[in-house]
Amino acid sequence: MNKKGFGSRIVASPYILWAALFVIVPLIFVAYFAFTTPDGAFTLSNIAQIAKYKKAFFQSVLYSLIATIITLLISYPMAYFMTKMKVTAQKMIMVIVMLPMWMNFLIRTYSWISILANKGIINTFLSRLGIGPLKLINTPGAVILGMVYDFIPYMILPIYTVMSKIDDSLIEAASDLGANSFNRLKKVIIPLSFPGVISGITMVFVPCVSTFYISQKLGGNKNLLIGDAIEYLFNSGPDFYNVASALSLVLMIMILVCLFVMNYFTDSEEATIL
Amino acid sequence: MAKENILELKDIYVSFDGEKVLDGLSLDIKDKEFITLLGPSGCGKTTTLRIIAGFLEPDKGDVFFDGQNLVGVPAYKRQVNTIFQRYALFPHLNVYENIAFGMRVKKMPEEKIQKEVTDLLSLVNLEGFEKRRISTLSGGQQQRVAIARAIANRPKVLLLDEPLAALDLKLRKDMQKELRNMQQKLGITFIFVTHDQEEALTMSDRVVVMDKGKIQQVGTPIDIYNEPKNAFVADFIGESNIVDGVMKKDYLVDIAGHSFKCLDKGFEENEAVDVVIRPEDVDIVPSKQGEICGEVTSIAFLGVHYEIIVDIDGFKWMIQTTDAAKVGDKVGLIIEPDAIHIMKKSEYSGLYGDYSSYSDEIDQLSNPDEIAEDIADE
Repeated sequence: MNKKGFGSRIVASPYILWAALFVIVPLIFVAYFAFTTPDGAFTLSNIAQIAKYKKAFFQSVLYSLIATIITLLISYPMAYFMTKMKVTAQKMIMVIVMLPMWMNFLIRTYSWISILANKGIINTFLSRLGIGPLKLINTPGAVILGMVYDFIPYMILPIYTVMSKIDDSLIEAASDLGANSFNRLKKVIIPLSFPGVISGITMVFVPCVSTFYISQKLGGNKNLLIGDAIEYLFNSGPDFYNVASALSLVLMIMILVCLFVMNYFTDSEEATIL
Repeated sequence: MAKENILELKDIYVSFDGEKVLDGLSLDIKDKEFITLLGPSGCGKTTTLRIIAGFLEPDKGDVFFDGQNLVGVPAYKRQVNTIFQRYALFPHLNVYENIAFGMRVKKMPEEKIQKEVTDLLSLVNLEGFEKRRISTLSGGQQQRVAIARAIANRPKVLLLDEPLAALDLKLRKDMQKELRNMQQKLGITFIFVTHDQEEALTMSDRVVVMDKGKIQQVGTPIDIYNEPKNAFVADFIGESNIVDGVMKKDYLVDIAGHSFKCLDKGFEENEAVDVVIRPEDVDIVPSKQGEICGEVTSIAFLGVHYEIIVDIDGFKWMIQTTDAAKVGDKVGLIIEPDAIHIMKKSEYSGLYGDYSSYSDEIDQLSNPDEIAEDIADE
């Protein structure tokens, strides 16, 4: 027993070391910077400055929420219909979903610029038809589109995985007991796929809320998010590290609270009756 | 039993990927009877059940339920309920909600649901289990919840798809009795699917023996056992010595070079036939007194009786007797006329040899992997 514990500790040690070095230590630095002045004295003024970035915070959360809801609305039916297809078709679609993930994130976002720009593909096409040009780039819509496009695989994958594991006989049992297709969806498929939905929401919302690149490239100057503010401050030199750290810390705590709430939902979902 | 037919299957054909699964199956099922579909894996018994439940549409043929054709009617509109092989209980709902599922869908008032669930739980001896989660129940308890859930909708016909296969022997025996009692108490038609012939014989009013998508024989358990229609049925139900014989004339058959009196008639003169003799119907006597003689090649003590293999002119007979013998003994066999059952030759003739490979057969039957495979095949 002891021997086994020792063995598993040895096996785990590289990961523990990794986590300590690259996760815990940086977090301590962030916390330290957040509560100190550039001279190293304790202060709360960095935290107080967050009030200035209220709008960016608010926009980040709002855009991320909208993007998450849209990805969910697209992904859920898609995952559902995928499970109804032949296995070969399912694999095919899986590859198509994953394919963009093989490309660099920056290139994917950049390509949207050339599609949405004032002289981009869409507007060129529209002008041939005598419409436009429409203002597509540098709008909140473009930012949300970018978020949806970049993160949708992270929603489809967990939902599809959970859904494809639902035992067919459960769905047969539901129809056997008199449930039509709507009731089967409501009473069996949705509750059983709920864990997939929760992890999908988490995996889309968290990167959305902290993203900066998408908003810079597709949102112009007006739609800056909290991620942009943090990036801007860190790039402005060591004097601004403290405020930037304070913002990061607050964002992190916000995300942790979100995760906690999500987890609470999944747990209670399993324990109570729908 | 002059009851009306509740269910009539007419000339049903089903094939999967070009392979015939049901080949012109027709069957009438009477109201309130306990009927069992019995056969080896791949014989089409589960497919038949799925067609009645509505999970599968036949390629051809009709299903009449109370005179109304069910073909094209979706499963959720049919007045039949199913107990699934692995119970298929909803893991996200507790015991109460599982049983209430069908009533909830029908939008029954809550007080009524509560009363029903309480009654059903006491019917299946699970009082106080309302709030339990499915994952905390034993196999037998899950089985009971599945039964309660299926009869909560008050179906006219209950379909049971090998519901006892996952239980251990003792529990299975108890559940057999319980299911039978429940069927009589509720007055619901039970259509039971199994590959276990003993289960079929003990529980059913009628047994339907199936193979290769066709019905081989329908009858009461006693008929099926005593008067099998062909070598397949004789071999599948219980142990049997299936030997070649020649019908000399009515009531006289030649087996192993000896003429035996029998109770069968109506065959051509000198017609080749299959003869079934059950191991328990053969008496062992000293070799000089026997009608036919042979040498004992193996003997096994099974508690109630001995199982003796006797080689008669190269054909190995199985005999169950309380008289002991030794390997190498010469013994005589006596077979009474009522122990002999004559069958017409069929496509199954000659497929089931003697008991020379008997030990292999036992291995096969008790190999759990193979049973699991059988279940997976269905």
